[in-house]
Amino acid sequence: MTARILLLHGAVIVALFLAQYVASDYAVLTLTRIMVLAVYALGYNILFGYAGLLSLGHAMFFATGLYAAALGVTRLGMAVPEAFLFAAVCGVIVSFVTGLIVLRASGVAFMIVTLMFSQAAFLTVLYFGDITRGDEGIVIKDDQRVFPVFGHAVNLADLLVRYNIALAFLALAMFLCLAVVRSRIGHVLVAIRENENRTAMLGYDVKRYKLIAFVLSGSFAALAGASYALLFAYAGSTLASIQYSIHPLLWTLLGGAATVLGPVLGTALMFLLVDFASGFTSASLLFVGVVLILLVLFFPKGILGTIRQRWLRWLP
Amino acid sequence: MGFFPHLLLAILEGTVAAAVLALSALGLALVFGVMRVVNVAHGEFFMLGAMLAWWVAKSVPGGPAAGFLAALIIAPLAVGALAFVTERLLLRRINYDPEATIVATIGLMFVIQQLALTVFGADAKAVSAPFTYRIALPWFGFSGYKLFVVVASVFILLAVWWVLARTKWGLVMRVTQFDRETATAFGIPVNRVYSAVFVAGAALVAVAAVLIVPIQQAHYLMGLDPLLMSFIVVIIGGLGSIKGSVIAAVIIGMADGIISMFFSPTLASIIATLAVALVLVFRPQGLFGVATR
Repeated sequence: MTARILLLHGAVIVALFLAQYVASDYAVLTLTRIMVLAVYALGYNILFGYAGLLSLGHAMFFATGLYAAALGVTRLGMAVPEAFLFAAVCGVIVSFVTGLIVLRASGVAFMIVTLMFSQAAFLTVLYFGDITRGDEGIVIKDDQRVFPVFGHAVNLADLLVRYNIALAFLALAMFLCLAVVRSRIGHVLVAIRENENRTAMLGYDVKRYKLIAFVLSGSFAALAGASYALLFAYAGSTLASIQYSIHPLLWTLLGGAATVLGPVLGTALMFLLVDFASGFTSASLLFVGVVLILLVLFFPKGILGTIRQRWLRWLP
Repeated sequence: MGFFPHLLLAILEGTVAAAVLALSALGLALVFGVMRVVNVAHGEFFMLGAMLAWWVAKSVPGGPAAGFLAALIIAPLAVGALAFVTERLLLRRINYDPEATIVATIGLMFVIQQLALTVFGADAKAVSAPFTYRIALPWFGFSGYKLFVVVASVFILLAVWWVLARTKWGLVMRVTQFDRETATAFGIPVNRVYSAVFVAGAALVAVAAVLIVPIQQAHYLMGLDPLLMSFIVVIIGGLGSIKGSVIAAVIIGMADGIISMFFSPTLASIIATLAVALVLVFRPQGLFGVATR
């Protein structure tokens, strides 16, 4: 990994660390949310940007982590770290099994089948309403969010504690993502995206690599969901709906698919835009729609994709 | 009510559901069949048709029947016009790329949905049926309008089949579907065919919405269900095969009606959704489709 790549990504993390000393409480809260959801987008990008598989059903994995963590804490009496691990295991299992099935389809069929699975998962959440509490959602109580680490009590209700945990989480996810896309696996995934048949001809087990990308991507989503539930003490069915499958696609497209920083930038920008828009209209989804259409029509490479094409060829 | 009357009611409701499904999936099947693109905004075209039916019924004097007839003309024209613009400004510019089309029409779905929310508001709107005849059976009464919807669906399906199979227009569409390049070489204006098919698909779903809205209610979020159900029907039936879609609509509609009646509508949706996913995975060409070359 070259020095300037490490430097650039390190600088982003340092800037986010310093932000907590200047930002208002509201900005800190928003940034925390952006960072958690950016992990979701980072994972989405592994599958969509690098492997070239457009999933319309990632909310299913996000919801897996979300509900595993929330139910783990509220129903199964787990402490926060246990619930997080539990959610990770559930995420890996669900994405592995789903991947085995949906990867048999390709192209448009893959998109629709992921959408369908995700919708079935959403309906399942509603169907078991007495456990998941449907729309209303599960709320984690404040005393369930305090846990000891090396003798110190960590309280997730505290704004700055939350911020720094989310930041550490994002940093980990980002460098893991960098490591993956610059590894052999990452290169094979790009080869599959560019020409699946040729990659298979070269002797790579295309199915296995696609499954690896799918599980990685789904697990990132589940972990993001788990952090969302634990940090914001809430798990509701809206977070499992189709909208939440479309969001990471939008964020990735906006920031630039197949760039590591793209999804993070895209998430932040879209949050700013929606926040700005909510000042004068309640129809924030309108902006989501307009941005999607404009991106497809005029800006298919996204922000960082375009920058890489024009100026910074080394951007991962 | 005993078991058999209950079952009869379930079958009647299932038949209505099947007709509704076949009708709303028809446009999607046509567009996918000829153009090989998936229009995610299909459900919003349906919603717009229903909203227009409500608006027309409210503005046209002379009772529900006059409003119904007026809506039957105005809704498909308006929705067709929107589809025409969409095809020109959106699909044609991205050259009908399947992935880009899905993303762009998802965007369009949100835009239409939110504009409908802003213009029409968030409350559900009831539209009264053009006539209120009730068929009295020994055990329960059944709405005559629902049976009218079934008859109308059959009629529209036959009409579309006739156009596709027996007219020159249909021939041109089938040729374009079969091989776009050769069709161009033989002087068929493929772009105009695409445009016409996309508009026709939207107009069909608008007609479906006008017919169906007296049974349901118009609401700005109502588009998602018909969209997903249309996906299910179109995929199970074999992408692009209209005959397959109709058969699938009958199977899914009946199953949906019966499971909804005896268990729960949500369970019916979950089962239908998983069924489609499994069909797609193990028989990607659909139950009645032919594998693409």
